[in-house]
Amino acid sequence: MIGLGVLNGMAVTLRNFIGSYFEKERLITVQYPEERETLPENYRNFPFLVFDTDDAEAGLRCVACKICEKECPPQCIYIVKSEDKKPDYMDKPQFYPRVFDIDISVCMSCQICVEVCPFEAIKMDKVFELSRRERFDALLMGKDELAKSNIYYHNIHPLEAAEVDANLATAAAKKKPAIEPRPTPNATA
Amino acid sequence: MILSSRAERSAVEGPRDTTFAVTPQDPSTPLGMTSSFQGELLEVSMGPQHPSTHGVFRMNVALDGEIVVKLKPVFGYLHRNHEKIGENTSYLGSMPYTDRLDYFCSMTNNWAYALSVEKLAGLEVPERAEYLRVILAELTRLQNHASLLGFLLSDMGAWGTPLMYAFREREKILDLFESLSGSRMMCDYMRFGGCRCDLPPGWMDRARKLVDGFPRFLDEFEKLVVSNEILIARTQDVGKLSAELAINAGITGPMLRACGVNYDLRKVDGYGFYPRFKFRIPLGEHGDCYDRLMMRVLELRESIGILQQAMAEIPEGPIMNPKVKIRNFRPPAGEAYGRIEGPKGELGFYLISDGSGNPYRYRVRPPSFINLTILEDLCLGHTVADVMVILGSIDIVMGEVDR
Amino acid sequence: MESLEEIKARAEAAVPGAAIAIVPNPGPANQPSLLLDHAHAAAVAGFLRDDAALRLDHCSNVTGVDWLDRKVTTKVKVKKIVVREEKEEEETQEEFFPGYLEAVYHLYSVALKHGPVIVRLRTNDRGQGARLPSLTPVYRSAEFQEREIFDLYGIHFDGHPDLRRILMWDEFEDHPMRKDYREPDDYEYEPTPHDDVIEKTKKHYDARPELDGAEKLTTQP
Repeated sequence: MIGLGVLNGMAVTLRNFIGSYFEKERLITVQYPEERETLPENYRNFPFLVFDTDDAEAGLRCVACKICEKECPPQCIYIVKSEDKKPDYMDKPQFYPRVFDIDISVCMSCQICVEVCPFEAIKMDKVFELSRRERFDALLMGKDELAKSNIYYHNIHPLEAAEVDANLATAAAKKKPAIEPRPTPNATA
Repeated sequence: MILSSRAERSAVEGPRDTTFAVTPQDPSTPLGMTSSFQGELLEVSMGPQHPSTHGVFRMNVALDGEIVVKLKPVFGYLHRNHEKIGENTSYLGSMPYTDRLDYFCSMTNNWAYALSVEKLAGLEVPERAEYLRVILAELTRLQNHASLLGFLLSDMGAWGTPLMYAFREREKILDLFESLSGSRMMCDYMRFGGCRCDLPPGWMDRARKLVDGFPRFLDEFEKLVVSNEILIARTQDVGKLSAELAINAGITGPMLRACGVNYDLRKVDGYGFYPRFKFRIPLGEHGDCYDRLMMRVLELRESIGILQQAMAEIPEGPIMNPKVKIRNFRPPAGEAYGRIEGPKGELGFYLISDGSGNPYRYRVRPPSFINLTILEDLCLGHTVADVMVILGSIDIVMGEVDR
Repeated sequence: MESLEEIKARAEAAVPGAAIAIVPNPGPANQPSLLLDHAHAAAVAGFLRDDAALRLDHCSNVTGVDWLDRKVTTKVKVKKIVVREEKEEEETQEEFFPGYLEAVYHLYSVALKHGPVIVRLRTNDRGQGARLPSLTPVYRSAEFQEREIFDLYGIHFDGHPDLRRILMWDEFEDHPMRKDYREPDDYEYEPTPHDDVIEKTKKHYDARPELDGAEKLTTQP
């Protein structure tokens, strides 16, 4: 009889509506911001600079080699090298960045800077609740805002951070077998 | 060459057929349309801001009552000159930009670009990476066809309910993409010679669970959609396309197969590891909107079959060709055209390399752009309401049309 | 499918007067192409489409390419007479290739499922002579793509039914994809880490501190 198709469709809709009160699978929304879904480990959104120990200046892994600035597709990184050098995690004197700016209104979170960094210094963060009240200078993140500790890195990307620490430890062991590599902080929740 | 005066320009370009031949052309008004209604034709601009035009897309339509007499599509509102950006960026740096072409299907865009560069440089891809590429491409096809059906039904007035059912499944697939590559839509996952990173633990089980549960969603969707009398009345015998015109106009994808032409690049070119999987190609008979819709429904079922086979057979191993450099990647001089069967049609990349780190010419062959060539032919003689149905069945996305 | 030399021979036999050359393609992709002349391009394309063995009925992709003037220096060994002795010396010769614009067509066959056959058309120069015959009467799929090449490169296609700009707006006056295109420098005034953008835009605008707040440069509270 004519109209049977429409009635079948309405039955489907009704089943979904009533079912959303009983079956968890049919109710797919969460009441944000009271409930939040957990982000997967690999989620990425805007980069940050990693520093070991507690000192954001002395422990910064970045040596201002400018490879990430060169490879960044939308050219959103701006680095100025320092004049003097400071020792890195292997106690070898390296330059450090005097200015390290990322314009997050331009950054597209492609993570190519992470892939090409030879010093494991820049990694992807997970923050997305970043609304600001101004368009221009508020969206320019400088070195102080970008530098976050290795403990924070272990919290947000545990598997990846463990792998990075293992790599750094083996690299340090190969280069300087006599000196103990700097111990990594314990990852606390 | 900058032509400074209008007279100089028309001497080289010839007379412009701006839109309608009924009223005399006044070049001072936009697009030569006069503002008063002369004659019996009504000129409507189904303008760039429209909920059903799948993005910023505009159609100048001349109507005789309700029947379409002439239709000229106008686009370029999302033109970002992606091809010029590609000439100024390295090969690796263009990969995130390809995500943003057809922003629904970023994995297949990435695969098409990686395939073209691999053809240009003669690179090999390990087995596990090829299987991963097939799995992700078929997942992309699943979510693209599901959301297209949802959009088409919501354009026809179903007020978003089937769209939300389709998006429910799409969200599960996007959650899989997020846990694998880090981003739901702009995945940037493929690399030249393999994939960027390996599967996290538990991913394959979740994917299997999703694929095994998909037929249940499809059955429910089919019951909602396929035998609905309103849908049948609005889509059958609307926008009929003949096979000869389709082939000559360069139409590819489900739109071509709805006309009965058996041309699917997964079978014809046999790129990747598709020859290892058994799947059928659904073909339409009449070439109207209903056939195009049913193409997508049937292709969804075939994709589920391919996914189940691929997930059962995937081997362990490396996912990246170790000889490929990430930085300073310089393919030898030459040119290559690589293409894949994307969910919307044939997506191809044409690259000319001069031996340096940036391509000399980087061209995207967009399926949506070329499928729009015959939009006018399909809409002539139908009513205004049918224009939206036809446009929805062509499956365009403006990121690809305008690049 | 036949090799490119066989296709060229048969096309030259079928279309009398056609001058077809083969353009080699170095590199692993191995996709050489045929270069057609302007007068017989449409006829050769029609032959490729209708011939029973080829049936290349699907024009998949039409691309525009811009080649600037090039100077190629080659070292050539030349016999010279030096101090009444014949010697072989190396001389550098400079060859000048004038620039041109190019349209490249990729043709596939849906009926016989083979391909591609790549066809090229070159303009005479990059200025007033940038005209090519249109293949739209042969392949309908070239319609929008040739319009795009006209819009972005400036090649005028003779015989195209509706040649006007497609991606840029109608009153735009340059061709953006050309290699010598200078982009306008008065984009929206936006301080980014790269100060040369700010310096270029300051020439066009007066500072408007009340409107866009960019002059204030405060830090986030």
